[in-house]
Amino acid sequence: MSGLDPAISVKYLVGGYTVFFAVLVFYLASLFARWRNLKRNLQSLEEIKKNQ
Amino acid sequence: MKPQPGSLKVLNLVSALLFLGALGMVFLYAPLEETMNYVQKIFYFHIANAWVGMLGFLVAAVAGIIYLVKRDQKWDIVELAAVEISLVFFLIAIALGSIWARPVWNTWWTWDPRLTTAAILEMIYLAYLLLRQGIEDPDRRARFGAVYTLVGSLSVPITFFSIRLFRTIHPVVIGAADNSATGNFNMTPPMLATMFFCLIAFSVIFATLLWHRIRLGQLAQTVEERQLEVVR
Repeated sequence: MSGLDPAISVKYLVGGYTVFFAVLVFYLASLFARWRNLKRNLQSLEEIKKNQ
Repeated sequence: MKPQPGSLKVLNLVSALLFLGALGMVFLYAPLEETMNYVQKIFYFHIANAWVGMLGFLVAAVAGIIYLVKRDQKWDIVELAAVEISLVFFLIAIALGSIWARPVWNTWWTWDPRLTTAAILEMIYLAYLLLRQGIEDPDRRARFGAVYTLVGSLSVPITFFSIRLFRTIHPVVIGAADNSATGNFNMTPPMLATMFFCLIAFSVIFATLLWHRIRLGQLAQTVEERQLEVVR
């Protein structure tokens, strides 16, 4: 295989790491959002239980 | 729900430092490969993500076995957490491999034994998540999950060894390389050091995320219990 053109090679490198960070950030954000929603639900349920 | 324990906070910090270290090793320490040059630097994160993905699927199988023995819901939470995180990492590994393959193999995807088994592995565990959602009874859901992950884990060694068992264009980085592989390269000591650093860093990051995801699962279980108490 002859050497890759560095300009093309760097384009794919940037693309690869962009995909990596995008997926990771999306997953971390989903973890955070689910945690926040569950906390909110738990608080509401605790209040309902107190009032019962 | 209890606040984050001190050891988890330390693990968060260690993970962040290791991640920065891995990026530093990849971009500042590892030398440029002569033929592929810049795009070869995808390799380090590609292999680390694939490793962590497979590790998590095996962790899920072990958690499944423990659940079947002990019938304790906490192992179902561990199993689900491991599968979910591994799915994310393995998806990244597949995507990075595809992006790396485009300039090297001149195609985004080919039905090569390694790529095919990796895609099947990802779909097996994606199906696990979808099928779980259809079962309401927690004990039945956990029993199903345990058996499914145990059987599903058989596809992990098949995927791992596919490049050693079949004729493939996917490079074998560690061990004897097949001459038919495209994209092989000689690993220099700095490249090897970077690869192993990334493997260690991602293993720690996996452990940290697993802990967080287990806590999320415990919180979800508490909410489910409270809902039942309120309804009664």
